[in-house]
Amino acid sequence: MIVDALSFTMLALGGFFVFMGGLGALRLPDLYTRMHAASLTDSLGTLLTLGGIMLQAGWSLATIKLLTILFFLMMTGPTASYALANAALLSDDKDAPGAPPATGN
Amino acid sequence: MYYVVTTAILVTMALALVRALLGPTVYDRVLAVNMFGTKTVLLVAIVAFLSGRPDFLDLALAYALINFVGVLAVLEFFRKKRHFERRP
Repeated sequence: MIVDALSFTMLALGGFFVFMGGLGALRLPDLYTRMHAASLTDSLGTLLTLGGIMLQAGWSLATIKLLTILFFLMMTGPTASYALANAALLSDDKDAPGAPPATGN
Repeated sequence: MYYVVTTAILVTMALALVRALLGPTVYDRVLAVNMFGTKTVLLVAIVAFLSGRPDFLDLALAYALINFVGVLAVLEFFRKKRHFERRP
């Protein structure tokens, strides 16, 4: 019973964070702020949603698979974010919308 | 409760598609597609438990890896493409 309540709470919070991240990725004005919103769904949304399913699954093979999925998402999400930010920062079109503001040096 | 999370993930995928369609730069589109892929992994994992088939988790795992490799490949393509266009 307590596990069910905890699982449903984690699933609801995960859905909330996923929706908030999607809304932010659509509405925020800049590429980097959009990446901030998208990383919210990648970290907290994934963690809470998969954790909620894990509590529902109990100790079985599905939990191992869910842990593997969670591990790979936690490894690949920041790597993809870093590669995206690096490529956007090093890109030439500084005048394009979403480009970083020009600094003095 | 599964239906609530499924609806939230589907709405988020729709929002990511809208951002991918009207994103100004190519990096916005890559970001939206990456987000779409991650949400697909979550959706497949949820649907696996919604329909009582935990075998779908293998598909989610494979999709996570393919999505990561795809995003890195697209980013590397645009980096190298700019690099090649700069030299005559």
